[in-house]
Amino acid sequence: MAGQIFAYIRYKDGVPEDSALELVAAAKKIAADAPVNALVLGSGVDAVCSAVAASYQEVWKIDNEALAYPNAEVIRKLLVNILPQDCILMVPHDTFGMDLSPGLSIKLDSPFVSDAVDFEGLDGDTLKVVRQEYGGAVSTHVNCDIASGAVINVRPGAFQPEESQAAGGSVVDKSGDIGDISAGRRYLETVVAEVGDVDITKEDVLVSIGRGIEDEDNIEIAEDLAEAMGAVVSCSRPIVDAKWLEKSRQVGTSGQTVKPKVYLACGISGSFQHLGGLKGNPFIVAINKNPKAPIFQVADVGIEADILDFLPELTDAINEQ
Amino acid sequence: MEILVCVKRVPDTAENEIEVNSAGTDIERDDLVYSVNEWDNYAVEEAIQIKDNVGGSVTVVSVGDEESEEVVRREMAMGADNGVLLSDDAFEGSDGKGIATLLKAAVQKGNYDLIMTGAQADDGAAQVGGMLAAMLDLPYASLVNKIEMVDDKKIKVGREIEGGNQEMSEIDLPCVLSIQTGINEPRYVGIRGIRKVASVEIPVHGAGDLGVAGDTVGAAGAKVKRLDYFVPELGEGAEMLEGSTEEIIEKLIEMLKAKGGLK
Repeated sequence: MAGQIFAYIRYKDGVPEDSALELVAAAKKIAADAPVNALVLGSGVDAVCSAVAASYQEVWKIDNEALAYPNAEVIRKLLVNILPQDCILMVPHDTFGMDLSPGLSIKLDSPFVSDAVDFEGLDGDTLKVVRQEYGGAVSTHVNCDIASGAVINVRPGAFQPEESQAAGGSVVDKSGDIGDISAGRRYLETVVAEVGDVDITKEDVLVSIGRGIEDEDNIEIAEDLAEAMGAVVSCSRPIVDAKWLEKSRQVGTSGQTVKPKVYLACGISGSFQHLGGLKGNPFIVAINKNPKAPIFQVADVGIEADILDFLPELTDAINEQ
Repeated sequence: MEILVCVKRVPDTAENEIEVNSAGTDIERDDLVYSVNEWDNYAVEEAIQIKDNVGGSVTVVSVGDEESEEVVRREMAMGADNGVLLSDDAFEGSDGKGIATLLKAAVQKGNYDLIMTGAQADDGAAQVGGMLAAMLDLPYASLVNKIEMVDDKKIKVGREIEGGNQEMSEIDLPCVLSIQTGINEPRYVGIRGIRKVASVEIPVHGAGDLGVAGDTVGAAGAKVKRLDYFVPELGEGAEMLEGSTEEIIEKLIEMLKAKGGLK
């Protein structure tokens, strides 16, 4: 196979994200015995390096004030300067990985596989990868020729974190090798999401609506049910894109992370970006007229029905109790 | 501002249930309704709004078979000035890099200040914009949900990042941006708009016109190849409630009570 395997470590406030250990598990599914190295980039990253050292063979530390904010345009240039050309680089498929990786694969002259959810073995130089298309409605097997290396974005949450800390890693300071990292895109600031009228992250019961609500006027149906249940209305992305509800009501990786006890997914197909915002193992009830909607794979209870008919009947029944 | 927007014709997931065909070689394509990729439509709307503000032109380009002409025409009905179709049997089976190679050739035929794609399309790869930028050696920003004009050398862009936050950056022109849904409200295209552009000629460029070598695109150039489609067995899935609506509601209310879902 190709050269060394590297995992790009994402972290927040000095603490590695879950993906840091998920990528160890992902690497083992590519090649069980291959050593895996970690890449930790940023400004003042010693704590992050120590936190992941036991799980990786080597931790490549690149510490520089210019990396205080992870600007993918800067980091791409830097990685081209330091990575061996035939390596396999794994990156979490989040908003940073989407920004970084496609262009990086071009610069490294390696193939790119996006949003991998599983690996089904390496046959010579051919890696068999599982992906999803159409918002998770169907899966595909993809063959990737990794003879000259590869850049692979791995879906956060798709692999169980590898907790065993047997790699016994050493931290290698590569900060001197970064070369020219000037870029045509300069980070200015982060605009923090506005807090809405309701804080859905603190609610125990959410009535969440998606495309199946079909029309802005129908949102009333969900509000009536929420009122009957003592719950609050949240939603998936298309409802916010259509400006029918405030961004602060959106559940998902690009919206809010919620931890309710009960989650009613009404007319929501269940893309991974949406489910990524649902934590704490809630009791999920999915109501959808499409019996093949991916949401039924993760829900505890499913009802095949048109929410526009079903929700008002449910509201009436609850109010009659 | 001279703007190029890359668009793709895709099955409309709001109109179709996507299923795997019996052989597992493709999705079931009979009776599918196609439309322009949703993300691309936001990109075209954004381009038209920029043109309306600062002048210039909007060109729409698509890689696909002859049926992709209809989505190029639709985006012209929205207000794009020009349309181009990149079509050749040799392009079939291209991976993301192959598509980016073709779009690069199209970019180099013009003189664009701004190149836009949708953030992702039907295959969910979110890759072509970033690859295209790298091939052109231009700065790139993905998941863009805000664009502000600064001057003729640079613009300000907002990227959608985790938690509903927005990352603001300054980016030099020319550049490549991938556009996130929700950045604007795409205008409605009426039958009258479609009629107005019904007879506009849309040039078709093949491999020879673009000057791309046959072995860098299409199945021959692809290092990433889709083998099949399947529906995964993911554990047991949901317990489906059956029976009459009344029976289902009765069962559901009991469950909600037990789980603390009713106050």
